[in-house]
Amino acid sequence: MADEVKLFGVWASPYSRRVEVALKLKGVKYEFIEEDLSNKSDLLLKYNPVHKKIPVLLHNGKPIVESLVILEYIDETWKGNPILPHDPYQKAVARFWAKFLDEKCFPALRKAFSSKEDEQEKAIEEASELLKILENELNGKKFFGGDKIGLVDIVANFIGFWLGVIQEAKGEELLLTHKKFPILCKWIDEYVNCSVIKENLPCQR
Amino acid sequence: MSKEEVVLLGFWASPFCNRANIALAEKGVAFEGREEDLFGGKSDLLLKSNPIYQKVPVLLHNGKPVCESTNIVSYIDETWPSPPLLPPCPYGRATARFWADFIDKKVFDGGNSIWKSKGEQLEVAKKGFLEILKQLEGAMGEKDYFGGDSFGFVDIIAVPLTSWFYAYEKFGGCKLEDYCPKLYAWMKRCLERESVAKVLPDPEKVYEFVINLRKMHGIE
Repeated sequence: MADEVKLFGVWASPYSRRVEVALKLKGVKYEFIEEDLSNKSDLLLKYNPVHKKIPVLLHNGKPIVESLVILEYIDETWKGNPILPHDPYQKAVARFWAKFLDEKCFPALRKAFSSKEDEQEKAIEEASELLKILENELNGKKFFGGDKIGLVDIVANFIGFWLGVIQEAKGEELLLTHKKFPILCKWIDEYVNCSVIKENLPCQR
Repeated sequence: MSKEEVVLLGFWASPFCNRANIALAEKGVAFEGREEDLFGGKSDLLLKSNPIYQKVPVLLHNGKPVCESTNIVSYIDETWPSPPLLPPCPYGRATARFWADFIDKKVFDGGNSIWKSKGEQLEVAKKGFLEILKQLEGAMGEKDYFGGDSFGFVDIIAVPLTSWFYAYEKFGGCKLEDYCPKLYAWMKRCLERESVAKVLPDPEKVYEFVINLRKMHGIE
């Protein structure tokens, strides 16, 4: 019997896109259902009653929620093109960086771009410190995952794509400059050119 | 026989450290526990092993550091597979990881907001915390443990936080068991296990510790 895979998401959400990248990497066919977050569907509320958020992966009718949980589920269910390393220590390292990105980096980056003028300088400084940590972690590697993209690269999509878009929209290089973060900028180039990512970039509306 | 060196940098009152202790005990792994002086001065080893967060717990396995408690418990489960803490099927594992994530995000902060607040804010904090506990009860349903018939991953993530419940009751002026009897039945079940009973601190001592924390935070 064929697998039935559905993904409830939002085209503009990096969390939703992460799951799509993972499914595409594994060659899994799925149906994408766009949610209107201002008017959440009954199905979304039924499948994610605790957090009421996207993305929600539905596999043969069973819901999986929280993007990091979904990514591990995808990796364990469809074995080709592994997202996580096999070695427990390397896995722990990858999980650590994925959490660092979600819990520290993205909130700081969002704050840097949405702060008012008087708070913005401090917010940018804090975000820069975190980007520096990522830059140091990448040093020497093509991707966070090594030669191929892995969990951390997929989770870092906010930096890989959205950051550049936001900076362009604001019309200035507030934060991510080639001068300050040469390694991270090189990673972004590799990242957007990686085929599975290329097919998954939302158009820059 | 391979020589394994396992060191756990921890702190007695930290539920996050206790998670790692319990997991190692469940697996029968011999390790050296080193108590960190979090307020007097963190050790060089801790600062070197966890430079980003500078927090406990840190597990050092043959010198290699693993940080973040849920990550450490996963690592322990994968490195010493027997007995397994997670169910074998991906869906069961995803469910376990979901609840571990929920517990991580909600329980400690939710409970601590009780002793950090006063007056009307305290009532809001209490109400919020009770809702969280009710959701956990829902997750367990009629099962003995979060994972089903046997003690496992989510139980290890959750149970150490319960040693702080007495402190929340004292500051909140409420008896939590009245609101979530199923959760308390589960707590008692877990405390019958040697790995849990030997590790979890005395709730009275945790309460005294919280009194000091309050003073340090300048709350009166």
